[in-house]
Amino acid sequence: MAFKLPKVIDKIQFGLLSPDEIRKMSVVRVITADTYDEDGTAIPSGLIDGRLGTIDPGQRCKTCGNRVGECEGHFGHIELARPIIHVGFNKKIYKILRAVCSECSRILLNDEEIYKVKQELVKYKKRWDQINTNLINEILKKAAKTDQCPHCGKNQTKIRLEKPTTYYEESRKKGKGKGGERKKLSPSDIRDRLERIPDDDCPLLGINPKYARPEWMILTVLPVPPVAMRPSITLESSIRSEDDLTHKLVDIIRINQRLRENIEAGAPQLIVEDLWELLQYHVTTYFNNEVSGIPPARHRSGRALRTLTQRLKGKEGRFRSNLCGKRVDFSSRTVISPDPNLSINEVGVPEEIAKQLTIPERVTEWNIEELKDLVMRGPANHPGANYIIRQEGLRIDLRFVKEKRNVADSLEPGFIVERHLKDGDIVLFNRQPSLHRMSIMAHKVKVMPYRTFRLNLCVCPPYNADFDGDEMNLHVPQSEEAQAEARTLMLAQEQISSPRYGGPLIGANWDYVSASYLLTRKGSYFTKQEAMQLIISSGYNKDLPEPEIKEPVELWSGKQIFSLFIPKGTHYTTRAKICQKCSECLKENCKYDAYVTVRDGILKTGVIDKKAIGSQIEGSLLGRILVDYGTDAAREFLDGITKLLVKVLSYKGFTMGFWNIDIPREAKARIDEILDEAEKKTRETIDAYRQGILERLPGRTQEETLEMKIMEVLSTARATASDVAGEYLGMENEAVIMAKTGARGSMLNLGQMAACLGQQSVRGERIQRGFRGRTLPHFKPGALDAASRGFVRNSFRRGLTPIEFFMHACGGREGLVDTAVRTSTSGYMQRRLIHALLDIKAEYDGTVRGANGEIIQFKYGDDGVDPAHTEHGKSVNIDAIIDRVLQTTVEE
Amino acid sequence: MSEATTPKKSFVSPEAIEKAVKKMNSDGLLPKILEEELLTKLKDLQITKKQLNTIVKEVRTRFENALVEPGEAVGIVAAQSIGEPGTQMTLKTFHFAGVAEFTVTQGLPRLIEIVDARRNPSTPMTEVYLDEEHRHDVEKAKEVARKIELTRIENIASNVSIDLSEMEIIIEIDLDLMHDKGLDIETVANIIAKGRKIAVRTEGNLIYIDPKLEAIKDLQKLAAKIRLLPIKGLLNIRRTQISKDPEKNEFMIYTEGTDFVKTLRIPGVDQTRLYTNHTYEIAETLGIEAARNAIIKESMEVLKAQGLDVDLRHITLVADLMTANGDVRQIGRHGISGEKLSVLARASFEITVKHLLEACLQGESDDLKGITENVIVGQMIPLGTGSIDLLMNPMIRESTPKKEKK
Repeated sequence: MAFKLPKVIDKIQFGLLSPDEIRKMSVVRVITADTYDEDGTAIPSGLIDGRLGTIDPGQRCKTCGNRVGECEGHFGHIELARPIIHVGFNKKIYKILRAVCSECSRILLNDEEIYKVKQELVKYKKRWDQINTNLINEILKKAAKTDQCPHCGKNQTKIRLEKPTTYYEESRKKGKGKGGERKKLSPSDIRDRLERIPDDDCPLLGINPKYARPEWMILTVLPVPPVAMRPSITLESSIRSEDDLTHKLVDIIRINQRLRENIEAGAPQLIVEDLWELLQYHVTTYFNNEVSGIPPARHRSGRALRTLTQRLKGKEGRFRSNLCGKRVDFSSRTVISPDPNLSINEVGVPEEIAKQLTIPERVTEWNIEELKDLVMRGPANHPGANYIIRQEGLRIDLRFVKEKRNVADSLEPGFIVERHLKDGDIVLFNRQPSLHRMSIMAHKVKVMPYRTFRLNLCVCPPYNADFDGDEMNLHVPQSEEAQAEARTLMLAQEQISSPRYGGPLIGANWDYVSASYLLTRKGSYFTKQEAMQLIISSGYNKDLPEPEIKEPVELWSGKQIFSLFIPKGTHYTTRAKICQKCSECLKENCKYDAYVTVRDGILKTGVIDKKAIGSQIEGSLLGRILVDYGTDAAREFLDGITKLLVKVLSYKGFTMGFWNIDIPREAKARIDEILDEAEKKTRETIDAYRQGILERLPGRTQEETLEMKIMEVLSTARATASDVAGEYLGMENEAVIMAKTGARGSMLNLGQMAACLGQQSVRGERIQRGFRGRTLPHFKPGALDAASRGFVRNSFRRGLTPIEFFMHACGGREGLVDTAVRTSTSGYMQRRLIHALLDIKAEYDGTVRGANGEIIQFKYGDDGVDPAHTEHGKSVNIDAIIDRVLQTTVEE
Repeated sequence: MSEATTPKKSFVSPEAIEKAVKKMNSDGLLPKILEEELLTKLKDLQITKKQLNTIVKEVRTRFENALVEPGEAVGIVAAQSIGEPGTQMTLKTFHFAGVAEFTVTQGLPRLIEIVDARRNPSTPMTEVYLDEEHRHDVEKAKEVARKIELTRIENIASNVSIDLSEMEIIIEIDLDLMHDKGLDIETVANIIAKGRKIAVRTEGNLIYIDPKLEAIKDLQKLAAKIRLLPIKGLLNIRRTQISKDPEKNEFMIYTEGTDFVKTLRIPGVDQTRLYTNHTYEIAETLGIEAARNAIIKESMEVLKAQGLDVDLRHITLVADLMTANGDVRQIGRHGISGEKLSVLARASFEITVKHLLEACLQGESDDLKGITENVIVGQMIPLGTGSIDLLMNPMIRESTPKKEKK
């Protein structure tokens, strides 16, 4: 078998094209400013001459004979009647003209200086492998100051650049009398001067004469890009619409032609110069249509043309949108929805999508029967196939095959069958914005009915996904190599631990947390039937342990059931989220059951809540299992408990409603009292301020002091009111369960619903703006009291007054604006960070190096440890190891 | 289960523990801190030899497993780890620092400031610790603070007026204010007169200045200038605040605005503990290593204040990159991204066309060693699994002789 050696680009050399080179690579000298004849054929020597390549399918290129796909196009050229300045080099030309002698074109430095500077450039190049642009700019500046050429003795003139492309030469007069004689320098003159610059001086001007001569910055020949670069599009009305570049080239050729004719006819100097300038304008805008000082060339419709520079520049330019990011096949996108019955490693793919996305599978003697089956089923039935590629490269579209039997039978080893996606295939799943590597993870396909992607709820945090209409993308890796890499490196279970902080980013949240609390709290017992029911639904297939209560009926505790899923040998201790943070911890005897201990895989004490199984939690049980038993065990644990917990929750029932935030009348009275008191205090403070007896805080004005005092009074009032409400909402309250276990919401939220919403703020202050001296016309001018500055006394339960509602909306609006602004600024920061750091990798010798092998760190992070493999930054959890070893060996 | 008293179980001595640990880490793979932590934790335990060996072995393997894999894209991971929480940060610029009276830029704007290596951060401040003599007494601390804080004429004058008939400027000094700053009227007058062709005389709490000017306009200009004339302290330091460090139980000074070099020279300042949040000044005065540490400390604090958890290793990597060549380089087009060797990498970031044209003139070549370049040309990127090459010549015919049957 003959190997096709892969082509590898080793190096890209940049340089300027010399006029000769342009002519040499050109296949046609373009002289006609037109594109098509009346009958629709391309005009020879026109802008879409057949020799420039073809864009019509079916047509062959007149130069290379290839069809559309193979022929990448060929350049033509235009002979310019007069030299034209290339705008991009305008500044450089100006700098060089100032730095070289107007007579002999040597650089305006004496030999000694030249020698010194050259040495320095060589030294810098050796040290940094780069050209010292700063030094070159200095050289240019210094040379520009020289009055007399040290080589030929000629007195220097002053060069002036009048934007955009006109050069003047003025005599340097000491008398400072405005402007001596002013002489216009034509591009031809400039080119003459640049031509005379010796190769030896070029490096000092920042030019490498091997690849670019200074005079090539002034164009005498203009390359005409191949049509592939400027395809014309045919509209529905069969009217051809040419590309912007073609339009511009038409202009250039037309003016060039007129200029040439005028010169040949011996037209007056003035006319020639006008045309020359016009040609300069067209060439300038051809290169860059956003040059300051000249009006951009426009389309007939008034839209500015998108010429060469615009094509490359910016976010929508060639670089960022086509070269750094490329479009792909084998991808799909749809809405996502949750499915708790999937594993975290799985993704539910709609059958419709599975039938369109394919995986190429090579026919071997081992899979030939299976693939024959798939071919028989064809593209319309789900586990089927869409294409067959025969050994000689012929592609058979199964949609148009009448007798599938024949095709299936013709299958032989070496063929490739593009079969439908089926269960177990590996795919990449992604949600934008892709802020970190966990935004793209590999999942195993599970083909399902309906039209959404389904995913396990535990993988929501890494994607930052919810189901309010989010869409996600799916990509199918095609090669075996890519699939293997995806499977071993990118699979969701391999990403449980976040490299950002070394803890699980995937974990059970929300209702799972409430459910695990309900399951494992004290007094949660199940009969044999119930226990079996719960366990069977989560796919556990071992025996139940001894029941905790044997008489009068056998009862199993929730802790026992939960323990079934913890790997044997696990030792774990923590304080649960519901921990009251007592001054003296009773440990195992905690009356809130908040001291969690797991011994040898058995949950002895404590309730399981967010602290143990949640995501983005340091020191969780999940993290412990992950570190001690690996990703497989962690995934099994997570899949097991989540299925169990869903059942627990539907068995027990869990809901939240209005009654959860309803508090008794006495509580309301107490809260009212607290708020009255606070408002009174506020009024007193305002009075003190009005009388000028308010004591200033150090470094603050009276106004600031007043604001700070009032803010403090009101925020403590809100907090106490919340606490009062909290007293009446017990642990049986579903809302409280959610808040305390960390499932959703907080006690602050509950306080706002039940007791008092509190102070609304804009820019961290009480609401100030609105009318002159007051926030709303409902208040007296100059009002400073709590209500007028956005203190919401009511709770959500009681309802807000229209004024309170307005104040609350003010605060809400600020939040929205904040997020909008933040996403753009942080996005840009991230882009910069990524661009600066993307080449850096860890090497085999443990060092961290940049793209060219320069050492950034001698040992990654000073200890060589990958944060993703740590426990919250600690490479080894010594306590856990000692604990485990002592616990296990004592029993021996 | 038998208790520890059983003669069968003998516990290892502390020396043996130390020996075992040292032996395990004889190649120095584990960092010293970890080794010491293990030692201190084992020393208080009564363990058997078997237990000791299991523990020590376990620690070693765990550590080995936690090491970075060669080829790992640590740079990108670091950038993502710092960039991703950026979306969760507040934009609110001001927040209270150590002292309630001071506002310091926090959150995303501050983080951007740090990675930008700005020369003029929005809220520069210094923490001035004092030497043994001054640190225990408020008055003495104040004395130092006075030398640091900028005092202008307007800060001690109750009025600056112009006497049109005499063509004089009259400064009315508030004596209390002046003495509070530790000045007397003669010194103030001398400072005003210094370097100026003007006659200055004092009378009680009044200073008369006769500049011998003709035009009233000039006189007014001069009066305005004198009002803002610095007479004491450091030009950049607008305000100082004395506070008590609760942990170390000593007085210290916070300053708004920085002048690191000059503050170092003020007598009474403990030079070894002087700190500023102005990373650029640190780089200029204390050198690049100090700047690196300052960048790490500042970024860590910003992230912590927002309650965001980012591993120290990521921040060290960014700081190390910023300071890798001896200068503090910004993360962005005027720093690291603008100085990359690869033309394509530079062009793909910002100011595309300029970079391309420059590269042409200088005849630069792109060796395609970086990531961006290889993405652009559509080749395998040299990272992770892509950094491994298989060297073989597929053109060589299979020439392995078939093994003889035996």
